[in-house]
Amino acid sequence: MFILIVGCGRVGSAVAKRALDAGHEVSVMDVDPLSHVRLDIDETSSWEDSGGRFTVGTALEVDGLVAAGIEQADVFMAATSGDNTNLVISQIAQRRFRVPRVVVRVSDPGRAAWYAEQGLQTICPTQVAIDQAERALLTV
Amino acid sequence: MYVIIAGAGKVGWNLARELIDKDREVTLIERNHDRFRVVEQELEHVVQYGDATELWVLERAGIQRADLVIAVTGDDEDNILICQVAKEKYGVQRIVARVNNPRNHQHFKMLGIQPAVSATQLIMRLIEHEVPEHGLVQLLALEEEHLEIIELEVLDGSPAAGKQIEQIQLPKGSLVISVLRSGRGFVPTPSDTVAVGDQVLLILDPGLESQITPLFAPATVAD
Repeated sequence: MFILIVGCGRVGSAVAKRALDAGHEVSVMDVDPLSHVRLDIDETSSWEDSGGRFTVGTALEVDGLVAAGIEQADVFMAATSGDNTNLVISQIAQRRFRVPRVVVRVSDPGRAAWYAEQGLQTICPTQVAIDQAERALLTV
Repeated sequence: MYVIIAGAGKVGWNLARELIDKDREVTLIERNHDRFRVVEQELEHVVQYGDATELWVLERAGIQRADLVIAVTGDDEDNILICQVAKEKYGVQRIVARVNNPRNHQHFKMLGIQPAVSATQLIMRLIEHEVPEHGLVQLLALEEEHLEIIELEVLDGSPAAGKQIEQIQLPKGSLVISVLRSGRGFVPTPSDTVAVGDQVLLILDPGLESQITPLFAPATVAD
C-alpha cells in the first residue's frame, strides 16, 4: 500500500516508521523541514535510505499534496497539530482525490464524534485518554 | 433575524456594529482573550469568548436558532469548518464565509461553503471592471446557482457584428438578455440585429466566457 501521512509529529512520524517497517510505501509531509529528524531518530539508516519519502509543504496547498503523492495514495492520514487543518485536508483527500481510506486525528471529542458520523474515520486521543483515565480511576 | 459572527477582527467587529445598527440580534465570538476584552468594552454581552470551531461554543451562542452564520476569522480552515458544522449539523439556512487566501477558494467551493467572499477577488473584479479585457465585464456571479451575467461590447469585424441574435452561434447555456445602444437598453427578440458598439448583456453558465468572447471580438483581438 502507498500511505501518505500529513504531519510529522509524535504520532505521524511513529506511524510512518511502523508502516515502512511493515513493507509499505510511505510518504510524509510537514510544513516544518526540521520535523524530518523524528523519522531518523533511533534508526540505523536515514529515512530516505530506508525508502521513505518526505515533502515540505503546507497541507492546504494542493501542489504540495500532489508532490507528496496524494493522487497515488491508498491510505491518507491527517495528523497535524491542528484539528481544523486535519478535518479540512482529510475531506479534500476523500472528496477531491478519492483516497480509498482516510484517517484523521481530531483532539476535540465533540467534533471527532460528529465527523465520524459523517463518514470520516476519526481517531481521538483525548477520548482515549478520558476512557483510560476513567478506567484507571474508577475501576474498583 | 439572529446572526452569529465568528471572529471579532476588523471585519467581524464592523459587521456586528452594522447589523446591530439595523436592529439585528447579533452574537460575536472571539477566541483571542485580549481581543475579546477590547471588543467587550464596546459591545458588552454581544461578544462571547471562545473558539467558534468547538461545538459547545456554537451551542452556547444559540446556533440552533441562528438564521445566519458568518465566519470571518483569519484562518480559512476555521471558516470552512464553522460554516460546514453550522449548515450540516445545525441546519442553519444561510452562511457566509471569508476566504483569506484566494488559493483556498477551491476548498470552500468543493466542500459546499458558499458564498465564500475573498477581499482579493473582490478587488480584482473591480480592477477588471475598470480595465476590461476583451471588452468583457462580469456584472454578477451567482455561484450557488451556477449562473453569471456578463457585459460585452460588440467590436468591429467580430462574428456577431450586424447579425440577428438568432444567427449568433452562442454556446448552449447562454442567452442574450439585453442590448444597450446609445445609452438605452432593450430586451431583444431573436430577429433583432446587434450593431458595432452595442453593449450586450448575457446570462450564462460559468465557464462559457472563453467560447463567447470571440463571437464579439475580431479574430485578431480575440486571442
